[in-house]
Amino acid sequence: MAAPEIHRYVTDNGLRVVLAPDTTSPVVGVSVHYDVGFRSEPEGRTGFAHLFEHLMFQGSESLEKLAHFRHIQGSGGTFNGSTHPDYTDYFEVLPSAALERALFLEADRMRAPKLTEENLANQIDVVKEEIRLNVLNRPYGGFPWILLPPVLYDTFPNAHNGYGDFVDLEQASVDDCAEFFDTYYAPANAVLTVAGDIDIERTKQLIDKHFGDVPARPAPPRRSFAEPLPTEDRHDTHQDPHAPLPALAVGYRMPDPINELDGYLANLVLASVLADGDGSRLQQRLVHTDALVSDISAGAGLFGPFEARDPDTFAVTAIHPAEVSEQQVLEALDDELDKLVTTPPDAEELAKVTARWTANLYAEHDRLVSRTLGYGSLELLYGAPELLFELPERIGAVTADDVSAAAKALREGARAVLTIEPSTPDQSEGAQ
Amino acid sequence: MTVNAAHRSAEEIGRTPQGPRPLPELGDQRKVADLSVADTELGNGLRVLAVRKATVPTVELRLRIPFGGTDPMHSARAEVLAETLLTGTASRDRVAIDTELALIGGELGTVVDPEHLAISGSALSSGLPTLLDVLADALTGAAYADTEVARERERLVERLAVARTQPGVIAREALQRRRYGDHPTTREVPQAEDVAQVTPEDVRALHQAAVLPRGSVLVLVGDIDPDTVIDDVERGLRGWSADAAATPLIELPDVTGGDLHLIARPGSVQSQLRLSAQAIGRTDPRYAALQLANLAYGGYFSSRLVENIREDKGYTYGAQSSFDFAGDSATLVVQADTASEVTAAALLETRYELARLGLMPPTDAELESVRQYAIGSLLISTSSQVGLASQLAALASAGLDADWLATHPGRLADVTAEQIAEAALEFFAPTRFTGVVVGDPDVVGKGLSVLGGVVAP
Repeated sequence: MAAPEIHRYVTDNGLRVVLAPDTTSPVVGVSVHYDVGFRSEPEGRTGFAHLFEHLMFQGSESLEKLAHFRHIQGSGGTFNGSTHPDYTDYFEVLPSAALERALFLEADRMRAPKLTEENLANQIDVVKEEIRLNVLNRPYGGFPWILLPPVLYDTFPNAHNGYGDFVDLEQASVDDCAEFFDTYYAPANAVLTVAGDIDIERTKQLIDKHFGDVPARPAPPRRSFAEPLPTEDRHDTHQDPHAPLPALAVGYRMPDPINELDGYLANLVLASVLADGDGSRLQQRLVHTDALVSDISAGAGLFGPFEARDPDTFAVTAIHPAEVSEQQVLEALDDELDKLVTTPPDAEELAKVTARWTANLYAEHDRLVSRTLGYGSLELLYGAPELLFELPERIGAVTADDVSAAAKALREGARAVLTIEPSTPDQSEGAQ
Repeated sequence: MTVNAAHRSAEEIGRTPQGPRPLPELGDQRKVADLSVADTELGNGLRVLAVRKATVPTVELRLRIPFGGTDPMHSARAEVLAETLLTGTASRDRVAIDTELALIGGELGTVVDPEHLAISGSALSSGLPTLLDVLADALTGAAYADTEVARERERLVERLAVARTQPGVIAREALQRRRYGDHPTTREVPQAEDVAQVTPEDVRALHQAAVLPRGSVLVLVGDIDPDTVIDDVERGLRGWSADAAATPLIELPDVTGGDLHLIARPGSVQSQLRLSAQAIGRTDPRYAALQLANLAYGGYFSSRLVENIREDKGYTYGAQSSFDFAGDSATLVVQADTASEVTAAALLETRYELARLGLMPPTDAELESVRQYAIGSLLISTSSQVGLASQLAALASAGLDADWLATHPGRLADVTAEQIAEAALEFFAPTRFTGVVVGDPDVVGKGLSVLGGVVAP
């Protein structure tokens, strides 16, 4: 596949723009990434970045409540938004006839969102339902993305629950929203991406028409969330009233995804060698040969790769029967990492990883929504949207020794282990 | 919060000197290019539907084998078969299969439900011969080694324990029983104790009797030449043959309206509402109108149900109404998960919106919105290989083809206000619905009994 065409520029008010034309289907993708995620939310306001994401759909100067959804869907499009550790994205995919409408909608809420008491109260209720659905009322809720960080990290930005405590959510005020918007939702703190069936010149004109008079405000200085590596192993246990089987998550620190990209990629390859497919090392050993766990996975980033700055987490998670001890699982994991340290993976193992990454990246590229979001997040985090199609080659360049070195770093560094312990349902939970 | 003490107030943020601006009109919509399609039945009775979509150099594969069975042990055996089909043949073991697939950037996976055994996969298009070779080897020579069956059986029992603690799984199982009693379609998730009894011999016998090409459909979508790929499939799957045809699920009775059953899940902080009524399948001339009526009710975010119980009242994170297709028929399923304290109120609103859809049918604006959404979202979902392959596999197993997909936007464009109103009045009448509520009876019981039409556990 030839390298796709990408145009990048910055508007007068500081908005970074990525345009990626591709006329194979008459559809367009539009996304806006704001450089603020749940790591930036203040103490006492856990869950605020996500709650604010909901508020951004609730109307703006030209759009009554519900109008945003109605205009996108009534133009034949689909939409969503999501909050990540280091950014928040908003996106829509539409028939190409609706391109200008999508730009208008994104510009209107970047310029003048309507932040009201009524909408805030309504969306606090909706977010609480979301948390009940995804965390409180199901087995393994928040495992590992909410439960592991407080074991591995010490500082509030890295350790706290990004979904938020109900107490904090209920404290959120309209003035908090105004302050958050003014601080973080400046055009200079955002990336606009338009991909798909577009004409470059016309799209630039439309972007100028709709975003041109969003007032410039300074981007906030980027905070560092760096914290020292843990010096000794850590452990914590979480009682889960819904889980039938024990589970564990092992969290490790890993190289800076942005400034040590090659080391980070070695960790991605290591994760695949460990747990991607029936032939991978942990699947063979722990699932099939020793039959210690029902399922096991390994990966860089708690939501997937390329979505956070430093510090980022390498995590191994497994669900296992009660008869198997956590110690047995950890010993087998350590043993497999040790083998990789002493004997690097062979050429075929690496070829497998590269081929699967290549095919998966093609599949992601083929879905307009993931292509649009991929360009946007890579522009935001790396200033390099073209990384999206350079990755197969970069991953192919990771050597067997690089993978060994990554395994060695995991073994030598201190790690965090989170245990999920099935417990009897607590009747008082119904009052939450 | 004191991140930025000098910030503007919410009121200042929400207005500009220029004031509100008009919504831009839609531009011209470019037409979709015609698909290059081959659709044929091979000598062994397998229907192959191949479509060129060369957006990226990969290929998507979907094989759907009718897999009905009335034996009470069928779903347990079928589940073990699905878990072990790709774990070894005479010439390849589990790891060899994974290695060959990985080297072509490939995957193959198997899932089973009461209607179909579905094998789905993908690979770099240059690896298609290998993908077909591995598939053919499993279809004709899956070994079901004793050790593999024993281990997968054990894992399944563990996974079933997890599945049965998921509120969504509990609610779905209860809804199936409420709608269909003990019909085989209710056995979507087998019982762990049945799975524990399944032997390798059982699985081998089931494969022999039921993994059959006649009546099955293979869909290939990607960077391929549809005509030559049919020959490749014919050659590659030559060894897969049988006189008998694959077994469809026995016919489903129509869903009839009735009281909701309250299913107790003590201690739960949220309840699952699940309502269902008989609908019509894609081949019925009223289908396009009903599809649009369903969108207006609860089929997309801008629907009456979501705007009411989420955006107005905050009772739920997500409510939706969708079609549950089976063979050439279908049912409507309405679902919402809602906090225990507001469960009865959410059910009240859900029923109110059902009745209102018939009595106050979708307005012209609502009709135009759902029409654009139906046409646009179909265009979007079929613009990728993955989306097109899945869409075609669903259509092909209902006996439809790529032409149906190409002509469906025209049918949606033709739906009139009268037709959507008729579909709403007929199919959304509250008395046609039955269903379940899963929740904590101590918290939700009283409100539901006041509402009526809900039978306590």
